[in-house]
Parts: sequence; structure tokens; C-alpha cells
Amino acid sequence: MDMDRSLNMAPDEPLQSQMDVALAVQEKPMTHTQFFQPKSFLRSSLRSALVLAVALAIVSGCHKNAAPSLSPESTAPTPAPLPPMPTATLTADPLAIDLGQSVVLNWRTTDATNVTIDGIGPVNPNGTQTVSPSASTNFHIVAKGDGGSIESSVRVTVRVPVAPTVPADNTASADMGSEADFHANVQDIYFDYDSYDLRADGQAATVKAASYLVAHPDIRIVIGGYCDDRGSAEYNLALGENRANAAKTALVNAGVAPARIRVVSYGKEKQFCTEESESCWQQNRRAQFSLDQ
Amino acid sequence: MDSTTRTSRRHVAPFRSTVPVLLLALAVSLATPARTQDNIFTGTNSGVAIIRIAVADFKPLNADPQTAAFKQTFDATLYADLASAGNFDIVSKSLMPPGNPGAPAEVVLPSYANAPASAAFVVFGSFGVVNGKLIANGFLFDVKNLQYPQVLAKQYNEAPGDDSARQIAHRFADEIILHLGGGIPGIAETKIYYVKLLGNGIKEIWSMDYDGANQHAITHLGTISISPRISPDNTRLAFASFGKYGSQLKMYSLLLNRYIAFPSGNVSSESPAWSPNGNELAYAAAPNGSFEIWISDSNGNLGRRITSFHGGNVSPSYNPKTGAQIAFISDRTGLPQLYIMNSDGSGVQQMTDVGYASSPSWSPNGQFLAFAWDRKYGPGAPGGQDIYVMEVATKKWAKLTHDGGRCDFPSWSPDGRHIAYANSADGRAEHMRIWTLLVNDVSVRRPLTGPGADMPNWSWK
Repeated sequence: MDMDRSLNMAPDEPLQSQMDVALAVQEKPMTHTQFFQPKSFLRSSLRSALVLAVALAIVSGCHKNAAPSLSPESTAPTPAPLPPMPTATLTADPLAIDLGQSVVLNWRTTDATNVTIDGIGPVNPNGTQTVSPSASTNFHIVAKGDGGSIESSVRVTVRVPVAPTVPADNTASADMGSEADFHANVQDIYFDYDSYDLRADGQAATVKAASYLVAHPDIRIVIGGYCDDRGSAEYNLALGENRANAAKTALVNAGVAPARIRVVSYGKEKQFCTEESESCWQQNRRAQFSLDQ
Repeated sequence: MDSTTRTSRRHVAPFRSTVPVLLLALAVSLATPARTQDNIFTGTNSGVAIIRIAVADFKPLNADPQTAAFKQTFDATLYADLASAGNFDIVSKSLMPPGNPGAPAEVVLPSYANAPASAAFVVFGSFGVVNGKLIANGFLFDVKNLQYPQVLAKQYNEAPGDDSARQIAHRFADEIILHLGGGIPGIAETKIYYVKLLGNGIKEIWSMDYDGANQHAITHLGTISISPRISPDNTRLAFASFGKYGSQLKMYSLLLNRYIAFPSGNVSSESPAWSPNGNELAYAAAPNGSFEIWISDSNGNLGRRITSFHGGNVSPSYNPKTGAQIAFISDRTGLPQLYIMNSDGSGVQQMTDVGYASSPSWSPNGQFLAFAWDRKYGPGAPGGQDIYVMEVATKKWAKLTHDGGRCDFPSWSPDGRHIAYANSADGRAEHMRIWTLLVNDVSVRRPLTGPGADMPNWSWK
């Protein structure tokens, strides 16, 4: 999966090509050296993404070793005094990395006077170098000598992490229910001023909440205890703790396992409503349920 | 609380010295029942009269361009330190004799002793930037003692800077106060730690000098941090900060300038308080669903529970004189009230029995509790929350603030003469600002910060 995705540089490439490439990489994991043939280039074509070119070259290399593997110049009729054709191999270890890791490039050439690697520049005839590409890259070496020019390349695949996609609404697992269902069934409980006793409406709310939680045993919840902004900050933390625990006790008594419930008091530190009125204070005096994530 | 406590509250006069003084104070209080201003005699000035003192601007040592600006800071700071100390009557600048003596040979003592200055002591000296150093020569002279007038002579030598000028003034002021103030060290070099309200509901712990200068951040946690308490040796700051498990204690080293480990597990904890020897920390924690007072060592280990009343037990404050008692707030009888107990949890005494009490702070001499109290707390009752002081031995109390709005978090200065507190005139949290008042004369009040500052905690020295 990773490999397919990372190799898919040109989105229009046919799927078959990608698979060929993947196959080729698997078959010959370390080294892919091949003389480029003009015909290969022409055949390979359309969008002429380099990756595809390499890939097809590799593929053809695998199957057609008998094909002429000399550059056009070297096919001249009088071969005897010609200087030797240069050779070049370029390998990478490993061939696939995660983003941020590095790769050792290793190249060997013979009979070459001028060796360059794309993106690195002129290099010694033989050498190694550590690189850390940020995206999947074809490293391409060109060795030129008296006998001609030869190229080789290797592809390094960089696996870039992809953010997990958020499932659409209501596709959470059945046990967890949806967030909307949760809030519809598990509703905040409101308290009287300076009290942490459950009122009748709070009792009813906890019965409903408990039945939903019992039916969805994988849900874990946090109960936040809140107070209005009158009174002492330090004492209100205790009051908020007591309010949240009053709600927790009611749920536990109704059959919800205590281990599923976490209690946090915010005292008067997080006000939902900041007006100085009784209706506003009432909104702040509550135990609020949320999914523990 | 019994009714006698309430009827005799006008003057709390716990002079340690003599019964007659107490009776006199009682008589005065009965003679003037209509006075609205409560006066508190905390004993810190016993035997020491208010001293009239002239504070001359220092003479510039040279015409260095830096000298003038730094000298202005120095003069203003020294004057403010002495004026706010609570044990001086400062000669008004308009009554000062002309000229600024810079050295003993230049001072004409009778000009300060005679009317209109009529001072008992004069403070003078010279100040300037010399060879890249800030030099101050300060003198305190007894103007009535013409033969040997010198009480104090000090020289200060610091790197130049506005902060240096201020710190030199604080140190010189503390020397003067130590000599003339009955042997109690001054507070001009103390700090106040407090909660700074930033935007988006974020609260960080900040620090400032005792006079409100040099306000700067200590924590940068980006969450809600409250209840700062500085250790007695000024090296560590305990506070509570909100995270996944709600409020939990945290510790910041002012020597290392970083947070140091303080184990909290996943238990809610809040309102730390240092024992006076710095070896123990009392705090409120709720491992079993209800806040109780706990005590651990100063690294958060060996915690043990001190109270056992389901409900809320918070805001401990050690008796700094003995370390053997703890004041705290509990709702075991309904609304939160003020209690004291021994530090092993025995001997619990209820100190208030009406209204809503919070935020106790035990005075340095161990005799008084300052706390916030709304005596008419309840739905529809427009009771203001004010700062009160109660004498521990008698449970007599007096009201220190009459500001309206909400006052909270009193914190005693180490000399026991001042209390820092937070006040919001309209009761809104974002309008809280930090004030100080002089306990002996609560008409002397001043704001130290602008709006958005809360929960002051005065350093121990």
C-alpha cells in the first residue's frame, strides 16, 4: 500500500505501470543498471515521467537482456580501437524510508572521466553519500568517458505520513454511538446555588444518561464540575469536585461501572456565561458530561 | 460565635502589654460607638511612636546624563518606601528647608528640627553615576542630637540602571526602618507573587516588587495557574495548574528557573501552603472524591491526610510563628467557614459561623487571621465580600475594607503591618486588581496593579 502510493508520482499513469515498478523493485531490490535506449524512451512515452522511464527500462532489462545494450555511437562498424565504454552502477540502501530518515547512495563507475549525479553535482568516480530526501526521488548518475556516456538511476521511496481521514458523521463504531447521540442522551446536570445535591431534574437526567451508558459499554466519560463565579476560587474547586462526584455517584448507582467515569473539577475557572444574572449563574453551576478521549 | 464577639468588635485591641491599655481601648470604643472606621492594633508598633522624618532628595554627584533619570527613580522609591512603611510621619516636600545636603558637612540640622519641618530625623545623601557605577551615599541623622547626630551611613555601589536605583532605595529604606521601626525588618525588598489574567481564560503566575514595580511573568504554561505560594526561603513557588486531571500542584524553582517534579498522580489538588520551616507543604487534595487537607514534605512525598469531613476542606494557612497550627476553610456545617486546627489535625476550632468565609492568611506574629468574608452571603443578599482580621485567641474581628464589590485573598506582609489583597469594585473577575493596606490605618490603601491581577501572595522576607 505504502509503496503503491509513494510510487504514484504521475497520477495519470496506468495502474499496470505502477505495479510493474513495484514488482521490479521487489525483484531487484538493490541495483538497477541499464543502458538507456532511445527506443525505450519513445516507447515509454506519454507524459514521460522519469519514474516510468526508469521503471520500463528496468522491466525491459528484466526481460530482454539479449537486446542490444550499447549506445548508438558504440555500434559503429569498426569497434577494435575504441576506448572502453564506461560503466556505472548506483545503489541506495535502503530503497524505502520514512520521511526524515536518510539513505546511503553508493556508486561505482569504470572508465569514466566525468561523473555527475543529478541534484548532487560532479562527484568522484566511486563514492558514497548520505541523503535525506523529503519526497520520493530518482537519483540519476551520468558517467561520461572517452568511450561514451552511460546513465544509471535508482529510486528512493519516501513514505510521507498521511493524516487519517475523519470518518463522516454517524460512522463511529456501534458501541461508541455518535457524539450527537451522546449529548442527546447524556445531558448536563444543573445544581442549586452552593449545593451539590441532585435536584429532581438532575435525577431524571442521570437516569436517562445511565441507561444510554449501560447500552454503550465502550463509552468512557469525563464529568466536569463547574461553579458560578461568586465565592472563593479555592473553595469552588471543592464544590465543583463534589458536583461532579454527585453525578458520578448517581450514574454508578444506576449501574455504570465507576472505572468508566473520570471526574475533573474546574471550580469557577471556566465560565460558560459571564453575565451577572441568576440565569447565567445557573448555566455555570453544573456537571457537564463529555466523552473521555 | 457568641454575641459578645459581635458587640465588641469596633476596636480590636490586643495589645500584648497591659490590661489597662485594653480597657482604655474598650472605653474609647464605647465612647465613640458611631465611628464607621474599625481600627486594628496588631501590636507591631507597640512601644514605638510614629516618627516624624524628613526625606531630602539626594544631591547629584555629577552632571552625568544618566544620573538625573536614575536619581529621580531613587528619590521617588525611597520616599515611597518610607511613606508607606506605616511607622513614619513624613515631612511634606513643601515644608522642607531649601537645598539638598549631599554630605554630613552640608546638612544644617536645626533647619530640619525647627518648624515647619519639625522632624526628628532627616534622611539625605548623594547619588550619581561615577565611572560607570551607580554610587549612593545615604545618611540618617538624628536632628536633635547635635553632637553625634549620625544614626546610619551607608554606601551603595551597583551597575547603573533604573532597577538598580530602585533596589538601592529599597535596601536603604529597609536599613532605616530596621533602625527606627522597633527592630522589625522593613519590607521594601519583598516580592508579591500573584495570578495574572491573560486573554482567552489563561492565567499565569507573575511576580512584582512589593510596591508594584517590576511586574513580570514566572510561568508560561498557557493554561490556568492559580494560588501561588512562595517558600519561606524565596527559592520555590508552589501553585496549582489545570491539566487533564483538573487542578494539580506544581512547583517552580526560582533558583533553577524551571519547574521541578512534584508528584500528583491523577489526583486533584490545590491551595498549597508552606510550613514556616519550609520542610512541609499543606494543601487540599481529593483522592477519594472530596477535598481534604493533606500535608506532605516539600517534595510532595509522604502525604498524609489531616482532615476527615466529606465536603470541602481547602485553603490551609500555617501559623507562621509556630508552625503548629493551620487555619483552613471547611463547609462541614453548610457554607464555607473559617476553622483552625493543630497541624496534626487535632483541636479543630470553628472561628466563624455566619456568611461565607474564604482565603485565610495567618499573621506573621501568629496572633491574627486575615480572611475574606461575606457576612450576608446568599441568594438575593447583596452582601459585599470584604477583608476581615480576627484575633485568634479571642475570636474578635474587625473589618478592614469597605470598598464594595468583592475583596479576596488577603496576604500579610512579613512585618505584619500591611495586607495585600485583591479587589474588584464591580465583582467581575477580570476587573480584579491587587491593593495593599496598612492594617493599623486602613485609610492608607493603594493599588499595586491594574485590572487583571488576583490572588496576591506576599513573600516571607
